[in-house]
Amino acid sequence: MNFDRISRRTLLGGTAAVALAGTLPARIARAADFTVGFIYVGSRDDYGYNQAHAQGAAAVKKMAGVKVTEEENVPETDAVEKTMESMINLDGSTLLFPTSFGYFDPHILRLAPKYPNVRFEHAAGLWVPAMPKNIGSYFGYIDEAQYVNGIVAGRMTKTNKLGFVAAKPIPQVLRNINAFTLAAISVNPKITTQVIFTGDWSMPVKEAEATQSIVNAGADVITMHVDGPKTVVETASRRGAFVCGYHCNQAALAPNNYLTGAEWDWEDLYPKFVTMAMKGETIPNFYRGGYKEGLVKSSPYGAMVPDAVRKEADAAKGALMSGDFVIYKGGLKDNKGNTVIPAGAGLVQTDIKLESMGYLVEGVIGSTS
Amino acid sequence: MADASSLGFWVVPIAVLGGAVRVSTPFLFVSLGECLTERSGRINLGLEGTLVMSAMVGYGVSYLSGSPWLGVLAAGITGAILGGVHAVICGLQRVNDIAVGIALMLFGIGLAFYLGKPLIQPKANILPAIDFGWWSTIPQLHDALKINVLFLIGVVLAPALVWALKSTRWGLILRTAGESADAARAMGYSVNRIRLRATMTGGFLAGVGGSFLSLYYPGNWNEGLSSGQGITAVALVIFARWNPMLCFWTSLLFGGAAALGPALQSVQITWGYHLFGAAPYFLTLAIMIITCSPKRTLVGAPAELSITK
Repeated sequence: MNFDRISRRTLLGGTAAVALAGTLPARIARAADFTVGFIYVGSRDDYGYNQAHAQGAAAVKKMAGVKVTEEENVPETDAVEKTMESMINLDGSTLLFPTSFGYFDPHILRLAPKYPNVRFEHAAGLWVPAMPKNIGSYFGYIDEAQYVNGIVAGRMTKTNKLGFVAAKPIPQVLRNINAFTLAAISVNPKITTQVIFTGDWSMPVKEAEATQSIVNAGADVITMHVDGPKTVVETASRRGAFVCGYHCNQAALAPNNYLTGAEWDWEDLYPKFVTMAMKGETIPNFYRGGYKEGLVKSSPYGAMVPDAVRKEADAAKGALMSGDFVIYKGGLKDNKGNTVIPAGAGLVQTDIKLESMGYLVEGVIGSTS
Repeated sequence: MADASSLGFWVVPIAVLGGAVRVSTPFLFVSLGECLTERSGRINLGLEGTLVMSAMVGYGVSYLSGSPWLGVLAAGITGAILGGVHAVICGLQRVNDIAVGIALMLFGIGLAFYLGKPLIQPKANILPAIDFGWWSTIPQLHDALKINVLFLIGVVLAPALVWALKSTRWGLILRTAGESADAARAMGYSVNRIRLRATMTGGFLAGVGGSFLSLYYPGNWNEGLSSGQGITAVALVIFARWNPMLCFWTSLLFGGAAALGPALQSVQITWGYHLFGAAPYFLTLAIMIITCSPKRTLVGAPAELSITK
């Protein structure tokens, strides 16, 4: 036999057929279960971004007839494609939640056409109609919850200085900084927010140093946007500053200093998506929402937050919940004095322009470059 | 609280001072440990793994026993064991110490992540600080002068090591093994045994450095904790020309540099924070280039080191 004549395609096809035959009985045995895969970029219990998603996965696990597979610490490289393929081919997953931002382009975009029967649901990605129909991108307007943080922070500060430890100046982060500051100014026009960028999503020593610097500059309420807020929460509370949390509830880390926090509510969303997929309904390709849609929530107030402040924050939450409250009002100025939103042209939460925000509003001390 | 803004630009030097003291300790211990190991003629690149592994063990022991000092001890012992593994493997015929070091680095990190899973959530007791700033009414300065005992031990350890290497019999034997293994053998010493002890001691010190990360600053266990500090510290030893006292000063320099970026941002110098983060590396490169010469080996380098042979 002339082995040169066997093309690579034939060989692959043959190998695949053998492999498929091997997995067939297992597949049938498992057919009763609907398998969902979750992929995290870091550790599942990081008190942060990944934990929020893992809590959503835990809610899915409780559903009848659903099997959940999870993998942690998957880097945003080709490794995630291998993980997704093994979840599809070996575990028989038909719905995947690759949760990290960098998984979207190019990895999900590359795999989706190859597996048209698998649904890829990605957090924070921006799906456009030219992309495959089996991709969905969902995200929450967590700046609404940072707005509520800002109300509490603006009322609780004694020095009129707030601090924000941020990873990188990208639109989602800037949006949180701006919403936090605008809310604080709305209850206390004298405040400023000092922002410090650490340069990356998870840099514990830098985050600790940034927190120290902000406290040294006089700030007494700190919030953050990094992947694992644990270090910032602990460092700030050791320095005696109040903290507003992010991603999930960090009250346990600083019970005497934790005011409230902006949390994701994936526990609410993921079971909804899984139910839709099991019934054969189509999940919208582009899904966004805030308090109203149940995608974000606030941590319970700490004991040190007085009733009057709670009421004020609850009122802001109520206004956001009703859906007609505008955070980014017309006539908004950035911290360089330029008008970034023309008077009378306020941007509602769903406005896609907000997803490419590139400025810091008046009252923020810091720079995007 | 005094008005912070009245300090003006002074916030920066105070922050750099505080940062130098807070951030430098792991650099200091790892580089002192590596300095010892390298003076005996071997490179242990696995100290990044040692740092992460012992940070995890230290945190775990502190959590389970309630005593952070027991955690420091356990972290040191973990480091010594990993150092011992490195030394034993490198003692075999025709084994490359750099390759073993890289393998141990990956092993240490992987094992720490695996065993450390249940330790991410719990809160362990952390090490206390000594308040040297009680006299100051400036809160920033007061806080910068809260100093951990481990840092003070490091301060004493660096000159002690200089003295020990120079003036004790033990130091002489160690240096002999590092400069000429043949000479040490001719004198009747087992080179492998000397290097085993040096690597284990080096590992112990690196382990103590790891416990500082998880038990004092930043003071928790998470998987991004070290972010390459172990490797940086190994490079620091070359920068410091294998001199423990210079290890101390360069550690302070790297620690202070880590505080510089955030501190400058807090006084509204917002450009180039990535650049300030990279400042110590530029400095290292510059000094390397200025001091290198094709005519001789690196000044102070032990002759038996595989990088200079």
